Amino acid sequence: MSFLTPAAEGLRGLGRASLFLLTILATIPGALLRPRLIVQQIYSVGNLSLIIIIISGSFIGMVLALQGYRTLVNFGAASSLGVLVALSIVRELGPVVTGLLFAGRAGTALAAEIGLMKATDQLAGMEMMAVDPIKRVIAPRFIAGLIAMPLLVSIFSMMAIGVAGGHAIGVELLGVDDGSYWSQINQAMHGGDICDMLIKASVFGLAISWIAVYQGYHAAPTSEGVSRATTSTVVVSSLAILALDFVLTAFMFR
Amino acid sequence: MNTVISDTLVRVRSLRFAFGPRVIYDGIDIDIMRGKVTAILGPSGTGKTTLLRLIGGQWKPDAGSIEFDGINVHQQSRSELFELRKRMGLLFQSGALLTDLTVFENVAFPLREHTRFPESMIRDLVLMKLEAVGLRGAADLYPGQISGGMGRRVALARAIALEPDMIMYDEPFTGQDPISMGVLIRLIQGLNQSLGLTSVIVTHDVEDVLKIADYVYVVSGGKVLDHGSPDQIRNSKSALVRQFLNGEADGPVSFHYKSATTYEQDLMAGRA
Repeated sequence: MSFLTPAAEGLRGLGRASLFLLTILATIPGALLRPRLIVQQIYSVGNLSLIIIIISGSFIGMVLALQGYRTLVNFGAASSLGVLVALSIVRELGPVVTGLLFAGRAGTALAAEIGLMKATDQLAGMEMMAVDPIKRVIAPRFIAGLIAMPLLVSIFSMMAIGVAGGHAIGVELLGVDDGSYWSQINQAMHGGDICDMLIKASVFGLAISWIAVYQGYHAAPTSEGVSRATTSTVVVSSLAILALDFVLTAFMFR
Repeated sequence: MNTVISDTLVRVRSLRFAFGPRVIYDGIDIDIMRGKVTAILGPSGTGKTTLLRLIGGQWKPDAGSIEFDGINVHQQSRSELFELRKRMGLLFQSGALLTDLTVFENVAFPLREHTRFPESMIRDLVLMKLEAVGLRGAADLYPGQISGGMGRRVALARAIALEPDMIMYDEPFTGQDPISMGVLIRLIQGLNQSLGLTSVIVTHDVEDVLKIADYVYVVSGGKVLDHGSPDQIRNSKSALVRQFLNGEADGPVSFHYKSATTYEQDLMAGRA
């Protein structure tokens, strides 16, 4: 009994969240008719996450290059450094780390914003003005999250592999040949890898946006409720990203 | 006193509503007449705000019915309910202004959402509504930069922007200084007379509301205690109503929120 109750509670939460997702999906066609609202939200979740994504991408690429070079040079395979960095980033680190950062930077902001709007009667006020808050507030934010994640993951990967990151350390600092860095990547990486990366990014984007708007919309209308909603957004999204990554990887790289 | 009024805009019948074990309404009947100012008076904590949310269809009653212009509010689909809500405005106690929009954009919000008016027309309409509540000068401020009382006046301007059939005011007088209070009372009366707007004012502010109301309901303990014209209410025979009007702590209505234990029991319990 004592162990069944939290399980039942968890299941009930999942049911509520699924119904909420269906409600959002039903309003998406209407929300798409007002692209300005969506663009605004892409700016606030995407553009404002750019700095953290660019910096993190560069550093993770640099660290990978330092560590990879040390190992590869023992086997005389330092020229494969590019492949090591590129595949690690595109297949795993890019989507996962971007997802975790996006949940922390944009997911929490979404949940807190929606929770506060609820706590201050703004959502109820909209309803009484015959404006559906799901369509006007929730759907544009949800769509924006979906669109922003693949873009951010792509930017993260470019920073980590080429622009700064691995290239800066491997080629500029450690003296790996520029030509072999790129040509090895070119040989080892396929369109399918990029495709998998974008699939992962989209799935994580869906999960984070869904969790964030659900937590915000169902937050208790108090300061504690809003703080709990932001915390749960980070915790649940992070776990969801790691679990989904495992499932997706298992299917993609059998 | 129980005359049936033919021109009823909102008809509440044997309404029952409870928050878990706490019964808020235990079978009340209320008629709100078209084009009149109806006041609903009652001590705080009697669920006056709840009544407005029930009429607006945000919450569902446990039993009974609410009809708006002959349409049962709680038997409508979501989209039909939204259509119905365009005809009623609700002035929240908190104002419920959108904090990331300016005062101007807040008043423009329902117009932008529901009409395809050109920008110049929206601008004129918004400035007219803001002028009516005396806040045209505050158009470019954000809700966080104005006081609570001013915020409520902005909310009023927003509520009348779509020119609904009825406006429900939740404690409109709280936080108003005597000057803006006078303006607000004249504004409610003016809207009522010039536009034929039906007004419902929920408040515990007895004296001010009796000045402008055409009809008054006194609600307490989940029941309608008395109803009638302001004069009838002033001369009510009900001890409860008189206690409420005169603001006495002792009487049939208890000042204390209901408690399962006595004061002495509570104090002694800490010593055990």
